[in-house]
Amino acid sequence: MNCRLFVCGMKFGIVVFPGTWSDGDCHYAISDVLGVKADYIWHKEIDLSGYDCVVLPGGFSYGDYLRAGAIARFSPIMDSVGQFARSGGLVIGICNGFQILCEARLLPGILLPADHLQYRCQWVNLRVENDESPFTSKCHKGQVLRIPISHYEGNYYVDESTLQMMEANGQVIFRYSSAAARVTHAANPNGSLHNIAGIVNREGNVLGMMPHPERACEDILGSTDGNLIWESVIEYCQRRSG
Amino acid sequence: MNIAKEDLDKVALSEQEYELIIRELGREPTGVELGILGSLWSEHCGYKHSKPLLKLLPSSGRRVMVGLGEENAGVVNIGDGLVVVMKMESHNHPSAVEPFQGAATGIGGIVRDIFTMGARPVALMNSLCFGPLFQTHNRYLCNGVIDGIASYGNCLGIPNVGGELSFSECYSFNPLVNVLCLGIAREGELVSSSMEGEGNILMLVGADTGRDGIYGASGLASRTLDGDQELRPTVQVGNPFLEKLLIEACLELAHTDWIVGMQDLGAAGLTSSAIESAAKGGCGLNIDVLEVPRREDNMTPYEVMLSESQERMLLIVKKGYQDEVKALFDRWEIASAVIGQVTGDGIAIVREGEEITAEVPVSLLSNPPLYRPRARRPSWLGKAQSLDLRDVSDVKPRQCKSVLLQLLSSPNIASKEVVYRQYDHQVLNNSVVLPGSDAAVLRVKGTKKGLALTTDSNGKYCYLDPFVGGAVAVAEAARNLVCSGADPMAVTDCLNFGDPEKGEVYYQLRECIKGIARACRELQLPVISGNVSLYNESKEGAIYPTPVIGMVGLIDDISNCCTPSFKDEGDLVFLLGEGFSGVEGRDGLGGSEYLAVVHGLVKGKPSMDLSLERRVQGCLLESIRAGLIKSAHDCSHGGLAVTVAESCIAGNIGLRGEISCYLEEHPAKGKETPDASTRLDSILFGERQSRIVISLTRSALVKLSRIARKWRVSMAFLGEVGGQHLIVEGYIDVSIAELRKTWEGGLSRALQGGA
Repeated sequence: MNCRLFVCGMKFGIVVFPGTWSDGDCHYAISDVLGVKADYIWHKEIDLSGYDCVVLPGGFSYGDYLRAGAIARFSPIMDSVGQFARSGGLVIGICNGFQILCEARLLPGILLPADHLQYRCQWVNLRVENDESPFTSKCHKGQVLRIPISHYEGNYYVDESTLQMMEANGQVIFRYSSAAARVTHAANPNGSLHNIAGIVNREGNVLGMMPHPERACEDILGSTDGNLIWESVIEYCQRRSG
Repeated sequence: MNIAKEDLDKVALSEQEYELIIRELGREPTGVELGILGSLWSEHCGYKHSKPLLKLLPSSGRRVMVGLGEENAGVVNIGDGLVVVMKMESHNHPSAVEPFQGAATGIGGIVRDIFTMGARPVALMNSLCFGPLFQTHNRYLCNGVIDGIASYGNCLGIPNVGGELSFSECYSFNPLVNVLCLGIAREGELVSSSMEGEGNILMLVGADTGRDGIYGASGLASRTLDGDQELRPTVQVGNPFLEKLLIEACLELAHTDWIVGMQDLGAAGLTSSAIESAAKGGCGLNIDVLEVPRREDNMTPYEVMLSESQERMLLIVKKGYQDEVKALFDRWEIASAVIGQVTGDGIAIVREGEEITAEVPVSLLSNPPLYRPRARRPSWLGKAQSLDLRDVSDVKPRQCKSVLLQLLSSPNIASKEVVYRQYDHQVLNNSVVLPGSDAAVLRVKGTKKGLALTTDSNGKYCYLDPFVGGAVAVAEAARNLVCSGADPMAVTDCLNFGDPEKGEVYYQLRECIKGIARACRELQLPVISGNVSLYNESKEGAIYPTPVIGMVGLIDDISNCCTPSFKDEGDLVFLLGEGFSGVEGRDGLGGSEYLAVVHGLVKGKPSMDLSLERRVQGCLLESIRAGLIKSAHDCSHGGLAVTVAESCIAGNIGLRGEISCYLEEHPAKGKETPDASTRLDSILFGERQSRIVISLTRSALVKLSRIARKWRVSMAFLGEVGGQHLIVEGYIDVSIAELRKTWEGGLSRALQGGA
């Protein structure tokens, strides 16, 4: 299977800001586990040609000393990421990457500090709300994915009218839920509106999510559910190019 | 002598030491020289009270590549062309003064010790001790330290995979904050800290130098906290973002051939970094403080040399390569500056432009006078060790459940999840067994291997018997690793004690080190790195002698790693190791959590049979490798009842247990002094060493018995896994849900100030 994917020429680009630390884990999950090509892209570069999907990984870009993602979004590469997204390229922002995408206005809303005011690293359950996006085609609606979170500012907030529009458009992709797929207050690890864990833009080609799918990539680490997201992207790109 | 006592006090030098300096130099030292000597001769940098004792620790072994005191951290070979680099360090006094920054910069310092050797840091652990949480100040310290560790460590992207957290009155106002870092490097790619090659260039990279942390080594770490002085300016402020950039840049640099050495700046800043490095290489150096990039105007040479500003590294660059090095750091947007050269005459010269402000032989700086104070066995020790169990009422059968719940909710035993969930413990995709187990387990990418890591200490045992307590700390750490299926490889230690100039404290230090050394020899474990933290006292007196043992073990095949949780209905549960039969003095009640929590006593005498310990560990490891064991859990704080409760909670499955046979086996009838080991509290809550609770399928029993016989290790049947209750027939019947609620809630309630 890995050889076939390499032959199809699909390529991920993993953006590295100063302070990014999930770059290596994303590379490991995509390249070592799934056998798909992935390059690191330093944040000062601007050329994204040749990539099918751009990943903004987790970490503390610029130390997150101001507001998470608020400085990284001015990095040279972010203009290119915007153009890449507007021309239909797939973009995934994970954790700090999600925060950067919100700061860059490529996704609506903002990620506030957790309601309990603590950093949390723990396993969570995500209910798949939309299985028609390029990021979730390998999942089915209502399926529960087990994937860890690791953040302080992951409490999703957006104004009421935008929220309603997003819900109506199916832009909410993942919600924190119980293992039995019930969306409850107890299952919400940070106070996010409507238990939101991951969203896409209106066009559906930019995904932001707080949980770390790259950490749920092997049985030995406790789950392989994160691979469904990468595999969905791979399938989508193969279909598009084939 | 032309110096006032206050000026000597400021740099923590005695009058005799000052006279020695005059004799060696043939003149009075300058102000800068005095500051440099004070720092390097402080306990923190010079180990002047502990060095002779540290020689007792075994430091060699077949895997050891860098042993105790040779470099910034110890190194062991794990095969497959890889080495593990490990070190533990204390940051107690800074955390007492400013808990958030004190703990944060502790993480920063220990991480630098690892990547300075060219190894990528892959795991952090910590061992923390505080005073009881019902006191507001202790809660402030505890919450601040946890926040500091989370804030700094999470930003670095290094998983914090566990550790320990305990509470005792003696740590009020003088908490213990010990942090461990482990790194992995390819064999042959390690970087030395040795300064060599006349004419080579000294470069300082990282943060600018400010006035923070001056007197940190001599004034803060090497004397007791008296609470009268405003000490906050001696604590530094960390910048984890810069540290993250430094890690990446320095590891990139380690792969070039542009440098001969690298050394981080820690306690006593540029002074100790440069001098230790020069002493190692047997050379001299010439530094111009005007070339050091500064954060503030008008800093004196004294301040520049002794600043403890964080996130700085000293590079010994091959002559002619400074431009390449500068370009590398420019790319990471990190400042770098050439500040001096390596010389061949063995003299350390510090200049301010043309003016020489210090000129001292490196050998004088790096060889402080060593002291062996007179040890005095504490007068109170005999009384503390005498525990007459006739004065301690045994638990009644109907009280067993409530005592178990009381212990499970005690902050020393309760779940630490409310703490470790604030640390990123999964980044880097290696964490196979997460915090909350006996040991953390990491896989080693690109191999079948795994590493198990733990920290262990028991101040109470060491207080009651420093020799046995030191040995127990080593034995328990090793046992935790073996329970994970790992073969223990190497030790790093942090020795936390009071003021060594007091005979009683020096006795504790000496006996603890002897105990550690004895256990290390018996279990064939080399001590490869460590740190000594003395003067841990507050107005109430010295802390419990608290050596913390960090230990790493190797798992040959990661698919064979073992966890404490009970797994399947019908599995059999045994107690492997020391059984229930009455051995004089081995009731396990002395120094137990049960005695402290239920009876309010810290008394008695812990005991340890190292030969039995070695056999029990050998037996378990062989059985795990043979695939016979489904769960293994070290029987420690809280005794047998707490151990099986934890295995039930972790596996979310019950146990139908039976212990009455052990009670009746040794009837106390007719004896004047009843055999304490047949007491109900001894059986359920006694903390006898060399014990492991295991579970296995019925079909594995014959093979296990054979292995146990070979190792001469006894097995006592405890019951059968199943149901949703922990049942000890006739004594305990409690649902797993109730156990879990009690165990999970104990610490969070206390951290919020609840009882």
